[in-house]
Amino acid sequence: MTTDTQTRKSETPATSQYKPVDGLLLEVEDLRVEFHTEDGVAKAINGVNFDLHEGETLAILGESGSGKSVTAQAIMGILDMPPAVIPGGQIRYCGQDLLTMPEEQRRKTRGPEISMVFQDALSSLNPVFPVGWQIAEMFRKHRGMNKSDSLERAVKLMQRVQIPAAKERVKAYPHQFSGGMRQRIMIAMAIALDPAVLIADEPTTALDVTVQAQIMSLLQELQEERQMGLILITHDLGVVADVADKIAVMYAGRIVERADVFDLYRQPAHPYTKGLLESIPRLDQKGQQLAAIGGLPPNLMRIPAGCAFNPRCRYAQDICREERPELLTVAPGRESACHFAEEVLHG
Amino acid sequence: MTEASTIAVSAETGAAPGGDVQQDKPRSLASDAWRQLKKNPIFWVSVILIALFVLMAVVPQLFTSTDPNEAILQQARERPSLDGPWFGRDIQGYDIYARTIHGARASILVGVFATLSTLIIGTALGIIAGFYGGWIDAIVSRLTDIFFAIPLLLGGILFMSVMPNDQNTPYLVVVGKVVVVLAIFGWPGIARLMRSSVLQVKPNDYVQAARALGASPWRIIRSHVLPNAMAPVIVVSTINLGVYIAVEATLSFLGIGLTPPAVSWGVAISDALVGIRTTPHMLLFPSLFLSLAVLAFIMLGDAIRDAFDPKSR
Amino acid sequence: MAEPILTATDLVKHYPIKGGVLRRTVGHVKAVDGVSFELLKGETLGIVGESGCGKSTLGRLLMRLEEPTSGSVVFDGIDMYSQRGRAMRKLRRDIQIVFQDPYTSLNPRKTVGDIIGEPFDIHPDVVPKNGRRKAVQDLLDMVGLNPEHINRYPHQFSGGQRQRIGIARGIALNPKVLICDEPVSALDVSVQAQVVNLMEKLQDELGLSYIFIAHDLSVVRHISDRVGVMYLGKMAELGEEDEIYGRPTHPYTQALLSAVPVPDPTLRDKKEQIVLKGDVPSPANPPSGCRFHTRCWKAQDKCKTDVPLLELRPDGVGEHPSACHFASPREVIETVDVSDQEVVFKAEVRDQASFEQPQRVGEGTQES
Repeated sequence: MTTDTQTRKSETPATSQYKPVDGLLLEVEDLRVEFHTEDGVAKAINGVNFDLHEGETLAILGESGSGKSVTAQAIMGILDMPPAVIPGGQIRYCGQDLLTMPEEQRRKTRGPEISMVFQDALSSLNPVFPVGWQIAEMFRKHRGMNKSDSLERAVKLMQRVQIPAAKERVKAYPHQFSGGMRQRIMIAMAIALDPAVLIADEPTTALDVTVQAQIMSLLQELQEERQMGLILITHDLGVVADVADKIAVMYAGRIVERADVFDLYRQPAHPYTKGLLESIPRLDQKGQQLAAIGGLPPNLMRIPAGCAFNPRCRYAQDICREERPELLTVAPGRESACHFAEEVLHG
Repeated sequence: MTEASTIAVSAETGAAPGGDVQQDKPRSLASDAWRQLKKNPIFWVSVILIALFVLMAVVPQLFTSTDPNEAILQQARERPSLDGPWFGRDIQGYDIYARTIHGARASILVGVFATLSTLIIGTALGIIAGFYGGWIDAIVSRLTDIFFAIPLLLGGILFMSVMPNDQNTPYLVVVGKVVVVLAIFGWPGIARLMRSSVLQVKPNDYVQAARALGASPWRIIRSHVLPNAMAPVIVVSTINLGVYIAVEATLSFLGIGLTPPAVSWGVAISDALVGIRTTPHMLLFPSLFLSLAVLAFIMLGDAIRDAFDPKSR
Repeated sequence: MAEPILTATDLVKHYPIKGGVLRRTVGHVKAVDGVSFELLKGETLGIVGESGCGKSTLGRLLMRLEEPTSGSVVFDGIDMYSQRGRAMRKLRRDIQIVFQDPYTSLNPRKTVGDIIGEPFDIHPDVVPKNGRRKAVQDLLDMVGLNPEHINRYPHQFSGGQRQRIGIARGIALNPKVLICDEPVSALDVSVQAQVVNLMEKLQDELGLSYIFIAHDLSVVRHISDRVGVMYLGKMAELGEEDEIYGRPTHPYTQALLSAVPVPDPTLRDKKEQIVLKGDVPSPANPPSGCRFHTRCWKAQDKCKTDVPLLELRPDGVGEHPSACHFASPREVIETVDVSDQEVVFKAEVRDQASFEQPQRVGEGTQES
């Protein structure tokens, strides 16, 4: 398998004009996204900062409405505008701001530089074209290959993502594949042009647990082999623990905690993270109440003043209702947006 | 790819408004739709137009004191003018303005009753077919297909030639016959729509929950299926109302719908053809009113559709 | 305690597949294919399995939302499928259901009062007409919602709140058995725990028996007394919660448990994951013999021909029902085990990683 990989890698000439400096691929700085709807303005992302290096897996963890998927779509540049508006921030890829880039130039980054795997593979694949043709299209469009060469490459990719009998199934249609196989095809399309950054938005949420394990290990393998920067967007604490290097926890459109995966699970520094970890059913809690976080995530049109988490937080004091905590370093390599981060960390 | 992303966006933002419930006013889907409608100028234009036409149909005296059947032959073909009869006179010497105003009644009557009857027949059969399925569905669906296959105009001509009108046929019977023709050939469309709408609503868990509680089929239909399946049918029926008015005019124009002495736009347009070069105003005014009425109902239907369709929000 | 309230015997549900111009039956989807179990009074029986294993169909059969192809369900001494009309309606009071999707399980055109009050409309003798509003408000209060919100519509609530409304409707008639079809799978993690807590509270207060159908193994483990594992319409293994999770003997159960991601990064390289080959075969054309043999690493010729029976097989400590010819226990890493020796392991795995406070290992998950 490894030899096959190396030969194929060399087949794809690195034509990229983007060169990462010190392995730094992506910098997101103070990103904001709003949705202007009939009922008002929903502030989906309110100042998000993070960066991503080569070969690194960053997990963005959050619940629905936390802004994790919107972040991914903003990076990919596939937000529908309107209703979405990006009032501020930068997304720098190898030093160049994607948001101010001309659309033509930006389009050329989608695929060869940054690409994405979606949750719902069935609706992301075109039902009227064979899967091989759809994978091959990437090579025809971006690399200008002819039909037979591109199809040959498509078969190789399908073999790489471990689709059995790839040669025979290259002409099959999406509905003839199972959910897990479709997700493999999506992954094949996403990595076709050797992107430097791969964003996986809930890639296994729709899949069964035994298939989920297969897909996650495939993603991890591909990432190591190609030294991609992987952004894994998920709500599943288990998946994160298995594959991530760094974690950014999002709540109400902001990153509330950022840390190395081992540190975060061992010792969360934000009450929300702590609450999430505690709400997982555990053996020693059998027959007891789960430690649930009370209340509900806020309405993005009426985010509470001060810290957005304060109505649900057991550490909340007056200051939390008045002053919004910034994401600050609380220990080496650890950042938390909480006025009482020290107490949470050590208490 | 873009489709997946819009789904994701709507999922994330859609989840947000439910996040907490601040305003205490209960907001039903219908009241949301109404809020949306209120803001739509097309809705108000069509409502005002429709209100005017309905008023014409009910109390034409409000608009004119002239008897539409009073023929002043000496003044036949008089041109429209501000101080004479506004719309002029036709070749028989009738006041075109008065006849156009009085003609609204036939159109509105036919439109309203044809719509109501197709709505009742179509909804009932569509629900039965969709809800019970199996052989009942098979029979109803084939029946629908058969009626679909007969062209409306052909059916109308056949029906009217079997039961012709004469001078002594009462006005309401004449109108009634047109309504019957439109109902016979109009219900399959509604029934099909209703059936597919019911098939969408039926698998919803709230219908299953009602079954699990032991609710009778009638109860499930009445309180769960019907209210959730009606929206598309109402929209299409509103548009159909306009269409039926046009079809009535077509039938009357061909001489198989309303016939003189009944006053209607279709009849007037038919009469106008005789002197289309010498008296074009005979054609202009009834056609204008007819088009406006049809347009008003179609615009209303569109506005309602926009308001009920959550995707457009 | 150990008295069964509901007994399912050899339940089978085959859906015909129609094909061709004449809509002839060309095959069957064997959604549920011979499932038997007992539900004891006051217990929670978890049913786990992947999509297509027939667990949701099983739930619908137990509710009699579907008629079975064969088999029987006896509830409290009454044969459910032979009941008709009034008797069946009366029986429905005792068995109720909570659905998975809080967005389709509530009629969007009804107020919360109408939705929770509907059971009383259908069974008018349960609560007198003038007491219904009060009864609905009591139910709202019981499931942790504001009783003043009785006139609101479902879309004004969040997913978790809507699931509470669904639960309130389910318990309105004071049932004995509540069938929960993936009741928390559609909810966010932080809200899931709230709903699980509510369900446990209601079980204690009302003496309910639960059939808890889910694919989330850790939630099932938390709430269940006994667990059944389904694969392609058959029960692969059935036993006490610690038997299934601690010493499973069926290879499928073992693979399923090993595939569950553990929310503890320190176990990352330590746990031995069984990655199964391929996908679940189609229930329209299930494999012969043992249905798992196409993906099983233990499969022999015997497995392709002989259907293994769900019978008591030794699990290392005692014995519990398992449907595998070669049933044998295998060490399984606990979902989240924070016992002392684990800490030692963690320290080994993370030898030179930035490890500031080794004495605090495991603390984040330990306290509650």
